[in-house]
Amino acid sequence: MTTVDDLNRRVAELLAAYPPESTPRQDFLDARFDAGLAWIHFPEGLGGLNAPRSLQSVVDKELAAAGAPDNDKRRIGIGLGMAAPTILAFGTPEQHQRFLRPLWTEREVWCQLFSEPGAGSDLAALGTHAVRDGDDWLVTGQKVWTSGAHKSQWAILVTRTDPDVPKHRGMTYFLCDMTAPGVEVRPLRQITGEAEFNEVFLSEVRIPDAHRLGAVGEGWKVAQTTLMNERVAIGGTEFPRDGGMVGVVTEVWRERPELRTSELHDRLLKLWVEGESLRLVSSRLRQQLAAGAPGPEGSAVKVAFSELNQAASGLEIELLGDEGLRYDDWTMRRPDGVNFLGREAGYRYLRAKGNSIEGGTSEVLRNIIAERVLGLPSEPRIDKDVAWKDLPR
Amino acid sequence: MSDLLYSEVEEDLRASVRDLFKDRAEPAALITRTETAEPYDLNLWRTLAADLGAAGLAVPEALGGHGASAREVAVVMEELGRSVAPVPYLGSAVLATSALLATDTAQAEVAERLGKLAAGTLIGALAVPLSTAPGAEFPSAVTAAADGTLTGRVRSVVDASVAELLVVPAVGPDGPGLYTVDAASAGVTVTEAISLDLTRRIADVTLENAAAKRVADASTAASALDTALVTAAGLLASEQLGIAEWALTETVRYLKERYQFARQVGSFQSLKHRLANLYTDLVNARATARYAADCLASGDDIAIAVAVAQARNSPIAVHAAEEAIQLHGGIGMTWEHPAHLYLKRAKSDEIALGTPGRHRAALAPLIDLPA
Ligand SMILES: Cc1cc2nc3c(=O)[nH]c(=O)nc-3n(C[C@H](O)[C@H](O)[C@H](O)COP(=O)(O)OP(=O)(O)OC[C@H]3O[C@@H](n4cnc5c(N)ncnc54)[C@H](O)[C@@H]3O)c2cc1C
Repeated sequence: MTTVDDLNRRVAELLAAYPPESTPRQDFLDARFDAGLAWIHFPEGLGGLNAPRSLQSVVDKELAAAGAPDNDKRRIGIGLGMAAPTILAFGTPEQHQRFLRPLWTEREVWCQLFSEPGAGSDLAALGTHAVRDGDDWLVTGQKVWTSGAHKSQWAILVTRTDPDVPKHRGMTYFLCDMTAPGVEVRPLRQITGEAEFNEVFLSEVRIPDAHRLGAVGEGWKVAQTTLMNERVAIGGTEFPRDGGMVGVVTEVWRERPELRTSELHDRLLKLWVEGESLRLVSSRLRQQLAAGAPGPEGSAVKVAFSELNQAASGLEIELLGDEGLRYDDWTMRRPDGVNFLGREAGYRYLRAKGNSIEGGTSEVLRNIIAERVLGLPSEPRIDKDVAWKDLPR
Repeated sequence: MSDLLYSEVEEDLRASVRDLFKDRAEPAALITRTETAEPYDLNLWRTLAADLGAAGLAVPEALGGHGASAREVAVVMEELGRSVAPVPYLGSAVLATSALLATDTAQAEVAERLGKLAAGTLIGALAVPLSTAPGAEFPSAVTAAADGTLTGRVRSVVDASVAELLVVPAVGPDGPGLYTVDAASAGVTVTEAISLDLTRRIADVTLENAAAKRVADASTAASALDTALVTAAGLLASEQLGIAEWALTETVRYLKERYQFARQVGSFQSLKHRLANLYTDLVNARATARYAADCLASGDDIAIAVAVAQARNSPIAVHAAEEAIQLHGGIGMTWEHPAHLYLKRAKSDEIALGTPGRHRAALAPLIDLPA
């Protein structure tokens, strides 16, 4: 069992062998991965030590204090939050070796090719199809709202491999090389003016069977792992007290006394309390994960996170008065990473609208809570026993 | 980082308290009891306080308690919320006990009383209105004469109608003090009020030259009183969590049983989403309640943790109880169904020990967000 002392010793050894001042960033990240100090709860040899997840903060703090470089969580959020846990859970040893190190060290950025124009909340309805061709698969279809596709080398991809069975049963999951012939990424501009997400067209993209994740026809099960991790990744991120979107507003409040009103004061305090309670919920969620008993709270955390971000960013532009009437810049750009707090107040307000849509809408998450957590009956369903090809669309 | 989960010991404690309430605080019997001459169940109290040791959890072993902490008391409070059991736990084991624990416990009077409170053989009450918020000005309703006797009137004291010992804040010639008074002694009148909360009563305490012992003088009385109020407010958040949990569980159960329009009512999405929202609230309430309990146990960050827990959990409990009534339809409006007991408890708890707005206001300077 790894202890805090062990970790401190390993961190000290890493820092001694690779002094942050003189080691190039990428080399340091490689060395950190090889020392098992990347994600310590991962297996040995894959960037971890099989150690309790709860001790990760010990490592992170020590390294930060020593001025060590870190990977950019915003750039590789999808890789870290969604691809990595899915690959770990369903991948072969070869896939583990091939993909996890460059993912963590930021040499390869990942995106998520799940949603389609006709399949969003109803992800299992998707139609992008993969057809077996010798040792490969040929994939054709269209994906949409793919965050970061323009800067990604790899994608997690769900496809249809059997249209003749009900939708959940005929799906297969792949790891897709975004530089392969037949992959075309087109920017899709969003309400903030920038193009953080994209349309992705796949025309007979050749994927070797070795890049299939999980069994043929088991794609839905694999995707469930991704989606569960996605909720935790969006809602369960660690932030300090007075941090996150609320922290942005409190900073304005403190610095600009002339903007204060008593009505906004009570609203601000309410949001602060909600922010603090969300911080505690996320931290409780992480403690549950560390104790090996992940609770069903992930979906609830994501719903609460979205509502808080929207309320806080809305309050911020109200607080700013006439400045809230302005926007920083509508120029279309393609950002390098996802940053909910980035740029100015108007951007935050608009970007936060996506929080209750991306990673499962709040409506869908409430269905999940009601049905899977509370055990309430599901809606009457017409799509359960019908072959995918016969579904209305 | 503080521990926000429950330990095995805490889960065991919960299981025994829950079993006890399940056997002996059955909702129909509770409703009937509220209209008898004995609204409190003192036999149940003795089992809880003495046999299960729940009254002395936070009292050090040297003083006759179990040397546990606020974390364990919080678990009992959760179960109290879930069962609305009619026992004087808040007044005796939490308020009166915390007040005495915050005085000089080396005093014979204090040690002796604490021992009995912890053993559950003495019921105490803290003579302040239950609505008193932490940080409130020291009460001046009771005056201490030069001979040490007390005179004055305190309204809406929780659990006073069954208390044998009153812990009374009073102002004497030397300033504020904290006094112990035997409820049975001459000059003490306790008049039961008609309480909004049927399972937790309040009463008015009148003192006329009542004999008293001073257990805290001007140097410590105010801080001892405040410690009791802060502790109780922080623990009340766990009771509020218990209320919300009962409301959600029962409502989910009912909506699975009830059919309208040839469907289980619980299959309608508009209702499922309301319940999912209650669940989301509950997840939040549990984290804040656990954090407050952990801070009370460790002594760190108490003021912010308690204010956050109260500001968050009070409205959550009220809303959950209100939703329970609405979603039970006509049945929810009946006296027979226990939902009203929970609404009454939740609404009283919202006012008790500081309203949410009051806690938010108290928070403002602590987190540097001035008006
Ligand atoms: C900023 C952003 C980034 C994104 N990034 C990615 C990405 O990287 N990769 C990726 O694959 N996808 C991504 N998405 C897509 C996202 O996952 C989908 O938008 C989302 O799942 C909703 O699907 P939809 O847009 O098709 O809406 P629809 O499913 O068409 O929903 C429309 C409305 O109907 C509601 N609704 C649908 N079904 C139900 C139901 N059963 N009960 C009640 N209400 C229902 C929805 O809540 C919504 O309000 C991103 C989206 C956004 C906004």
